[in-house]
Parts: sequence; C-alpha cells; structure tokens
Amino acid sequence: MKRFLTSKGLIGLGLVLLMLLVAVLAPLVIPNDLANRMFMTARLKGPSFAHLLGTDQLGRDLLFRVMLGARTSLTIAVAAVATSLVLGLPLGLISGYYRGRIDNVLMRLVDTLLSFPALLLALAISAMLGPNLQNTIIAIGVAFTPFLARIVRGEALRVAQMPYVEAARAAGTDDPMMMIRHILPNIMPQVIVQATISLAFAVLAEAGLSFLGLGTQPPNSSWGLMIQTSRDYLDIAPWTALVPGAAVALTVLGLNMFGDVLRDVLDPRANR
Amino acid sequence: MTIETSIPADTGVEAGATPIVSIEGLRVEFKTDGGPVVGVEDVSFSINPGETVCVVGESGSGKSVTSLSLLRLVEFGGGRIAGGSMRFARRDGAVLDVAKASDAEMRAIRGNEIGMIFQEPMTSLNPVFTIGRQLIDGLMLHKHLTREAADARALELLRKVRIPEPERRLKQYPHELSGGMRQRVVIAMAIACEPRLLIADEPTTALDVTIQAEILALIDRLKRENGMAVLFITHDMAVVAQMADRVVVMYRGNVVEQGPVEQIFEDPREDYTRALLAAVPRLGAMRGKSSPEPMPILGATAAPLTAARPATPKPGSSRDILLEVKHLTTRFPVTGGPLRLTVANVHAVEDVSFSINVGETFSLVGESGSGKSSCGRSILRLVEPTSGEMTLDGWDLRRLRGADLRRARRDMQTVFQDPFASLNPYRRLRDQVAEPLINYRLASGRELDDRVADLFDRVELPRKFLRRFPHELSGGQRQRVAIARALATSPKLIIADEAVSALDVSVRAQILNLMMELQTEFGLSFLFISHDMAVVERISHHIGVMYMGRIVEMGPRAALFEDPRHPYTKSLLAAVPIPDPRQRRLHDDSAFRAVPSPVFPIRHAAAPSTYDEVSPGHFVLEQP
Repeated sequence: MKRFLTSKGLIGLGLVLLMLLVAVLAPLVIPNDLANRMFMTARLKGPSFAHLLGTDQLGRDLLFRVMLGARTSLTIAVAAVATSLVLGLPLGLISGYYRGRIDNVLMRLVDTLLSFPALLLALAISAMLGPNLQNTIIAIGVAFTPFLARIVRGEALRVAQMPYVEAARAAGTDDPMMMIRHILPNIMPQVIVQATISLAFAVLAEAGLSFLGLGTQPPNSSWGLMIQTSRDYLDIAPWTALVPGAAVALTVLGLNMFGDVLRDVLDPRANR
Repeated sequence: MTIETSIPADTGVEAGATPIVSIEGLRVEFKTDGGPVVGVEDVSFSINPGETVCVVGESGSGKSVTSLSLLRLVEFGGGRIAGGSMRFARRDGAVLDVAKASDAEMRAIRGNEIGMIFQEPMTSLNPVFTIGRQLIDGLMLHKHLTREAADARALELLRKVRIPEPERRLKQYPHELSGGMRQRVVIAMAIACEPRLLIADEPTTALDVTIQAEILALIDRLKRENGMAVLFITHDMAVVAQMADRVVVMYRGNVVEQGPVEQIFEDPREDYTRALLAAVPRLGAMRGKSSPEPMPILGATAAPLTAARPATPKPGSSRDILLEVKHLTTRFPVTGGPLRLTVANVHAVEDVSFSINVGETFSLVGESGSGKSSCGRSILRLVEPTSGEMTLDGWDLRRLRGADLRRARRDMQTVFQDPFASLNPYRRLRDQVAEPLINYRLASGRELDDRVADLFDRVELPRKFLRRFPHELSGGQRQRVAIARALATSPKLIIADEAVSALDVSVRAQILNLMMELQTEFGLSFLFISHDMAVVERISHHIGVMYMGRIVEMGPRAALFEDPRHPYTKSLLAAVPIPDPRQRRLHDDSAFRAVPSPVFPIRHAAAPSTYDEVSPGHFVLEQP
C-alpha cells in the first residue's frame, strides 16, 4: 500500500477516482433537461461564465455533456477491456503454455482476427448484433481480444521456459495450477500495461462506432460521439473537440499512472 | 588499515616502475529508490606495466564495479564515482585521472588504450554484424586505418588469438562460432588497438574447463608478447593462482588484503582470505579416501566436519540399487526447410547405462553439450527419451503415464542450477516449499505449516524467511529453499543439475556439505550433474564422464580420478586449474580442439556403447 503514496500513485489514483465519481454522480445530479437544453443564441461559443467550457453546435453546455458522457464512455471502455481480458487471457495462456498444435490452431484464429482492422471488426460485430450499449461492448471487446491474446501468449511462452515452472512440474503441479499460480502472476505486469492502453483505445473505438451510427445514439452523450461531431467545427470552435479530448486524455493518463503503480504494488520485488 | 600497510610492500616489488594505473580511495555509489547504496567503499591498488593483477572476491564484493569504474562504464549502470582518483598513464606519457576525465577523453581511451573483455562471449558480440566488421570498426575509429589496412590488421589479430581458418571467420556471424572461438574474437577486439591495459571481467566463467585453460593461456601469452598490464577479475581462486602476479582480495566494497600471489596463497594474513582459500575444492584432495567428505569451512558453525562424519553410510548397506538406467537414448529433431521436416537428429543422450545405489551419489561430468543435463531431464521425464529403460525402485519410469508418473515424481526431485530463476518471484517461500506437499495431498492445515517449518529448519534457514519472497534472499539461501522444496515429498532420489555452479565458493561449500548431511540423514541418493571436477571428486561415490551424449568412462570415484583411462577424461582432469601459484600449467593455447557436434542424419545408425571393464566397476568406452 505504501507504494500508492508516491506522487505518481496519488495523481493516478486521484484522476481515476475523479472520473469514476463523475461517471456515477453526473446523471444523478445534472437534470436531464439542463444537459440537453439548446441555447440557440449561444451556439459554438467559447468558454464563458454562462457556459464554463463553452457550447457545441446545438448550443448545449459542453461541461454538462462531457460529464454525462463519462458514464457511457467509461462503462463501454472498462467493460470492453474486461471482455477482451476474459477472452484473451485464457486463449493466450493455453496457447503459450501448451504450444504445439493447439497453439497453431488458436493463433491462426487470432491472426485471422488481427488481419481485420479492429474498428472494422467491431463494426461488423456491432452491425450484426444491433446498435445498443451491450453489443457495443461485445464488439469492441472481441475486436481487442487478439492483441491481448498475442501479448499473453508471448509472455506465457517466455515464462513457461523458466526453471521455476520446470521445478513446479517436477514437484507434481498440474497444468491448471501451473497456469494460475506460476504463469499468470508472472505475466500480469505486461497484461496490466496492455489493459490500460486498451482502455484509451476502447474510448476511441466507441467514438468510431458512434460516428458510423452503431455506438451511442444522440441525444445520449459520450466522449467519442462528442469528438466525432466536433469534427466539422474544428476550425471555428476547436474547444468542442478539446473538451472531450481532454477528458479522454486525463482518463488515460490517470489509468496509466494507476496501472504503473498497481504493477509495482503487485510485484513483491518492489516492496523493499 | 590493510591498504596502507600493503601498498609500500608491493610498490617495492617493482621498484622504480611507474604504474600504468593507480587507484586511490575509490568510492562508487549507486542511486536507488531507498537512497544511495555503496558499491565500492574504499579501494586502492595499482597495476604496473606487464603485470597481471587479479581482483578476487565473491558476488557483491565490488570487483566488477571497480573494473567498470576504470572505464567509467559504471555510470551507464546508474553508478557514480563519489570519491578517489584513478590515475592512468596514457600512451603519450600524460597522466589522466579517469575519475575526472571528460567524455571525449574517455572515448579516446575506451577500446583504445584500455581494452575490455566481458564474461559472456554470447552477448558481447553483436549478432547482426560479421566478425570482420566488428573488428574493423574499432581500428578505423581509433587508429584511422583505411579499410584495406584494417582488413589486414583484423586478419592478423585473428591469427594472433589463434583462431583456425581466420580468413573464413571474418565473413562469419557470431552465432556460427563456438563459445570458445567467440571469446577469442572478443579478445582480438580488446587487443586490436594494442591497449596498455586489458581488463578481463570473469572472461572464462561461462566457458568449459578445457576452453578455459586455452583462453587463460592465450591472455597470458598476449600479455607477455605485448607487454600489456592485465586487470583480471575473477571469483575463482584456482584461476588466480594460474594467472596472477599480484592479488587484490575484495569483500563488500573494500580491499581486504593485497600482495604477491605466492604470499596470498601461502601466507594469507586475513581470515577472509584464509576462508576463501579453504573453500576452494582442490582436485586430488580426496586421494585415498573411500567415501565423500564435507568441505572444510573456516569459521563456520561449530565443527561441521566431525558432526557429519559419524553418520557416514555403512559400506555394506548401500548395495541396493535405487535407479537403474539401461541404454537410455534421447534425440531431439532438427527441423529445416519450408515444410519444417526433420532433417537430422541431435543425439543428446546416446545409449547411456548406469545405476545409482541407495544412499549414494552418482555424478555425471562433462562439458556443455555433452548431454549430461538432457540425461537428468530424461530421467525426470521433463523431456521424452527416445528409447531405453529406466527403473526407479521398481517403477518403470519410461512407461509411466498420468497419475502414475506424478506418483513416481514424488520419489525424485530436482534442484536446478540458477537459484534466481528456479523460484517463482511472485510467490512466498512458504507457498513454494508447501507446493509439492499440497500437490500430493501429503499434509494440510496446521500439519502443513509444521512440515514446511521443519523443512526450513532442516536446510538451516530461519523461520522468519517463511513469509518472504525470493528476491529478499541471497543466492545460497535461495538454493537452500530449492533444496527444502525438493525434500518436501521425502524423495529417494534428488537430481541436482549444476546445483552449486552459480554459487560463491564459500556458499558452495556450505550447500555441498548440506547435501552430504542430508544424504547420510535420510539415505538420499543424488544424481549430481556438474562440469566441475573438483566438486565432483568431493561429493561422489561413482562417476560417469559424458562426451557427445555417451558415457565414455564410468567407475568408482577413486578409480576414475586416480587411474583415468579414456583420453577425454584425462584431458578434462588436465584442464582443471590448480589453486597453487607454484604449479602453473598455462603452456600451449594452440591445442585448439573443435568440439564435434552430436548432430547426425536421420537414418544414422548409432553404434551401441560397448565398454571395457579395466578394474571391478571401472568401465571405459571402447573406441570404434
């Protein structure tokens, strides 16, 4: 726990908590009416006292929009990455641990998925299942799985060669225990790093899907949707992109720092 | 204290000569999260022209940090020279304090006036460039030679380090050369610019003994021919005895003692030097003794010698055979071509037969690639043997599957070479030692805790280590944990694969003694796999010498060491450096012997191993 009390740990933890708090509280605190109200006289206006972060092309207050978008964006990002972990971890572990034929089959499967651009894949899945929150999560989660599986497999291959794995095998440890007790903890640092990076990409993937009409639907708000709609006004109202962009950036920064510190906390070698 | 008294003593040896390097009060600190850590506290010594100074010490003594400081390479590892001076006499006669030199001055010295040889010949060459290219780079940079002149010089250098077929080597890549040849290339690079000082940091530690002897002789010859000074870093007292003119003994960042090599070996002043010398296994020390004996440890826990001796196994009782291996053969396929077809086989283990008696140690010795590890792993079924029979206490090890194999593995456990890699860094020691007990449902709950604590007591580890993680322990302590884990299932056989090779000499002696004690206490049998003849002589009842996958000679320890018959056994024994400066054997380094590789075409019919019994139990492979 002491490791969290570094400046990096505190900033990371603070940012992550702030985002979570906003995501949970914003829809409860901000009246729906206020968030969707369009100030027709104040469209695409810069930050002012009336609208602290300015307004979008429909004259909606960007501060409220970005706060309301947090829930959708974070839910989708976290749930999608969790999905890719649930699918990718066992896939990569089994591939890297058993090697041979099973590895060949699984990895060809993964390579096939990898050969499609992740967004295209998510698009196809989302189009197949229909546009709603749950399907967006599944689509992004599946699209991200091959990246994670590849990393997990590579690490598992390396760790499976370590003498302590051989020593455990000679000590009678069976395969499931070997993967859970010996291999998984040793590949967690890489998995954590990959997961935090994936969270950022998941937010953007959701944006892409929304843009193509398969993610979040207006009038609901999400960061991705906001970034996408700001595209047409970049030259006259750059803050419409900057506000949701900053939200994504802060979240990613917080998660990255949090992930780094989490990795150190989990590493017994660091706790001297 | 020691430093001040001994410096006048050795400057007197080379009266009048100005030293090439004189290090004075060197202090090196490393920055860590928990504040600065002192790597070298206070080190002073000097090196005269044409002199070999050996810095000897165990891991953590600061010997490598000292040598890296001389090139200011410590700074790349997070170190900082915090005090002292290192005056280096340059080629043009100027004296430069390396501790305060500018980066430009250091670049002009590194590889030019000071050459360096690192430990790992595998990693100190860049795998993507040819040997020639790597040799030429330094020459063109420092000597401003033209391409043609550099090429010619590179060839000359390869001849100088006596690499066979030097013209061909220039165009080869590092992976195409053997380990010994690579180290010759590294040496050629280090001497390319005719440095005034050559730093060799454990240059032979990663090499086989026969190659070690050649490399030591090569360095010694180059020193004499070029009049270089050599700073030789090693942990091996026997190598010191063979190489050194003067010796600097280091311990925990300080110089404990320094002096001429004869004085250090024959009249050591400090207890630490004496302990270091006592822990060195000497080949031939066991002459005329019937069974293994603990190593003498100076100043260790009270009288381990007499404590262990009464329990020596009764000679008559150990006639029962525990493990019998017959015609064991293990081959690995070599795949090639676009279809990944098997194009050849590595005959890692070829028709090997031996047996181990209850309560005895059988050692397999040989150099890297001789198949000794593959043999151990085949018996453990960590690799699948191709053919042969292995019987452990009635279990037919080759045919066991699933549950039976698991059951049989209870009776044979392993201890691996690298205590840093053989423990899972993410698990507490208690959990790792408890693992086999849980796997075989031998204990649970309070009984499990007690059993694990007992095991810790047995290997003399404090119980407070139970909740620790591997990184908090030293190498020797970790190896004790590995032994405790191996003992957990009360096995009958422990296969120890180079189990003490990675340990410091004094720790090695303790671990060897522990193994011998455990043997007498539990009637354990060991299959001891090692490349170190002196250790093997100390611990074994029977020995098999492996070469190219076969046992070339096998027999009781005394017979094998006192009457070696096979030429390979003889060359192995002759290559072991003797820890006595008055018995130097660094003669000819040109006896270059390429180690043949045991790769054979698929249809190759390997001849069966047939043996001559030269005396009872002493077998020698018949030459084809």
